[in-house]
Amino acid sequence: MSTHPHLHRDDPKDYLHCEYGIRSWLFTTDHKRIAILYLVSITLMFFVGGAFATLVRLELITPQSDLLQPETYNRMFTMHGIVMVWFFLIPSIPAVLGNFLIPMMVGARDLAFPRINLLSWWLFTASGVFVLITIFIGGVDTGWTFYTPFSTFYSNSYAVAAALAIFINGFSTILTGLNFIVTVHTMRAPGMTWLRLPLFVWSNYATAVIMVLATPVLAITLLLVGIERVFRVGIFDPALGGDPILFQHLFWFYSHPAVYIMILPGMGVVSELVTAFSRKRIFGYHFVAFASMAIALFGFLVWGHHLFVSGQSLYAGLVFSLLSYLVAVPSAIKVFNWTATLYKGSVLLATPMLYALAFIGLFTMGGLTGLFVAALGVDVHVHDTYFVVAHFHYIMVGGMVTAYMGGLHFWWPKISGRMYPEGWAKIAAGLIFFGFNLTFFPQFLLGYLGMPRRYATYPPEFQVWNVLSTAGASILAVGYVVPLFYLFWSMRYGKIAPRNPWRASGLEWEEADSPPIKHNFEEVPTVTKEAYHYHEGVRLG
Amino acid sequence: MPRLASPRTFLKVFIALLALTALTTGAAFVPLGPFNDAVALLIAASKATLVVLFFMNVRYSSRLTWAFAVAGFCWLAVLLGLSATDFFTRHWIPSPSAFPWR
Amino acid sequence: MVEAEPVGPHHTPLREQFEALGQQREADTLGMWVFLSTEILFFGGVITSYMIYRSLFAPAFHIGSGHLDLVSGTAMTVILLASSFTMALSVHAAEHGLRRRLMLCLALTLVLGLAFLGLKAHEYYHVYQERLVPGSRFHLEGPHAREVQLFMMHYFIMTGMHALHMIIGAGMLIFLITYAARNTYKNYTVEICGLYWHFVDIVWLFLFPLLYLFELRTR
Repeated sequence: MSTHPHLHRDDPKDYLHCEYGIRSWLFTTDHKRIAILYLVSITLMFFVGGAFATLVRLELITPQSDLLQPETYNRMFTMHGIVMVWFFLIPSIPAVLGNFLIPMMVGARDLAFPRINLLSWWLFTASGVFVLITIFIGGVDTGWTFYTPFSTFYSNSYAVAAALAIFINGFSTILTGLNFIVTVHTMRAPGMTWLRLPLFVWSNYATAVIMVLATPVLAITLLLVGIERVFRVGIFDPALGGDPILFQHLFWFYSHPAVYIMILPGMGVVSELVTAFSRKRIFGYHFVAFASMAIALFGFLVWGHHLFVSGQSLYAGLVFSLLSYLVAVPSAIKVFNWTATLYKGSVLLATPMLYALAFIGLFTMGGLTGLFVAALGVDVHVHDTYFVVAHFHYIMVGGMVTAYMGGLHFWWPKISGRMYPEGWAKIAAGLIFFGFNLTFFPQFLLGYLGMPRRYATYPPEFQVWNVLSTAGASILAVGYVVPLFYLFWSMRYGKIAPRNPWRASGLEWEEADSPPIKHNFEEVPTVTKEAYHYHEGVRLG
Repeated sequence: MPRLASPRTFLKVFIALLALTALTTGAAFVPLGPFNDAVALLIAASKATLVVLFFMNVRYSSRLTWAFAVAGFCWLAVLLGLSATDFFTRHWIPSPSAFPWR
Repeated sequence: MVEAEPVGPHHTPLREQFEALGQQREADTLGMWVFLSTEILFFGGVITSYMIYRSLFAPAFHIGSGHLDLVSGTAMTVILLASSFTMALSVHAAEHGLRRRLMLCLALTLVLGLAFLGLKAHEYYHVYQERLVPGSRFHLEGPHAREVQLFMMHYFIMTGMHALHMIIGAGMLIFLITYAARNTYKNYTVEICGLYWHFVDIVWLFLFPLLYLFELRTR
């Protein structure tokens, strides 16, 4: 295969240029095009969610509820949570990078079910339209957690519409997970054994298992809330003998594994980035692979740690607290192994690597503070305060979004055939890192000092930290907008990428062009080497 | 062509299922105290197992199929079991707020 | 692991993402099993709720269960089991290329499924007439009436979701019968739809004792 840039650019057979017209995009079954469709959708939703975050942070500059009424403020943080969780974080890496890369990484021409893949995207888009309509007509104010009886009886907002949007979104997730599971089991190329798979595939496989087993419980739970709200009688209603805490059990049975849906793919990306930019095989491949499966499994056993102060039995709290400490272990194993991979590696601090290193640090901070909240006594003090908010933003934004940005930059040449401008990318990464920490570190302090979350007002002594946090958020916002510009710019004016610009290992780099042809490979490859075979030499062209 | 059970086997399984149905309905008339529940669910599980093994052909299918068939039930058991630890231990610490409506 | 099979009039065409028919069949079958796992958890949510309330409010749930017609419930169970039997026979007929038998067995399965739905509709109407539908029209004398409403909510949600899945299954059967009639049926598609049908049967196998057999029928 020639890698001559000129020939490469004029070759019409790559997946971006093989067909033209809106129909060829909206009705495509090519996993790479579907990944791009998702990229567009979730980027839009990211900025919608970001807009709500902006309003929240603007309101919190002053202790009074002067910018927004409390009822409106409630809708702002609710819509921020709903949009970010279901319309950005959950799909992000699996639907964009997973869809694009998994078939190539296992050596297949597409996923097992390309039409179901397209259906996934259509369902996602339908749910997105639904949630935008819900926002437009007034939104919902229950918090993204929809606790009863507020969501079922007392809220005067569009809870059913929001629940319906999320219900449809859930099916999109389930179908993606189903597709990934079947693909990894049945579509691997000859020689591609499980233990030769890139760790990105292991992570997404574990994620897919969670998607498939947890999301249906969310579906039935939202249905139950909808029924109770519409028919004004239901199973969470104390007037009938119902228990609102049962809702919390059912909701968190999904929502805790959901946070692992969000973080596991990010960990998969980091495994790829750390190895590529240390030019070394991963330290402890088996441990990292099985740690992903362990996180998926243990993640289902800890949901009660969200219910410590709800009225749940203290004994159940003890059990869930202990299990929550256990679930931290596989994550810690991964952090140790990534760090050990760096040791004596030939490190290149390109932008994706900067994001990967940021992930390791910030995820560790977020994860350690998770241990704080997993302790029953500490949680009594910090539950529903900004401590928790900071904890999960360190993991979700400092972890997941950072990994997503790293992965997007790393695989950008493969996706678009162009290099992004490294200078601007580093500036954006710096702004993001600095802005992020300035936004969320003060929130640990605020939470510990006692500022509750989901309040539009606060005692005046907290103002300093809130102002710092908002200042950080403004820098963070700039940091996220800058890549939007230079990535777009690069599609037309960026340096044309060779097949393997990072000299990385993996079938997507070594056997497929940048960008790939529609069917990924001229011939289905036969795999003979382990995943990160840097010591054996990497194919460049 | 993968292995399938014969129509004769299906008939035998069907008759067994009918017998188990008669058994479970009949057991509803026999006072066994707390064991009524256990017996009913055990019979239901046996029927389900017969359907899964023979009608759904898991008996002649790969280990992988079997694993996925079992996984869903295992996860359901987790949901039920761990939720139960809350509801059945609440009264261990007597408190007026445990079940205010009782 | 991957066998090549000839493409003939009753065989499925090879979709382009697959290398061989055996791989395609394995993927399709696994896909259906993964989907069925999601269904276990979907029903599982409301079954969990039912199990918990059942142990908390046993007397009320006894009363609620007693209001359900045991004969009707048993009949529905027998009908569904028979439909699983005929479905299994359909799969066998499809594998062996016996088109007429396939159509007969599929049609029998459909008829049995519709009979189940008919009985269920009758039962719903009966519950409605006894004023046991939860909501403002609910009316029951006696102790624990409040929690009997909780039982009835679970009854309607569990059997309602089940009936919805049966209706989808009936639609699937109509498609399969049409394909068989036109002689364009694809042999293992029948097997995969059969998996769905059997699963819906299995859900009922658990709903029946949970809902109908809780009350000791010593009359």
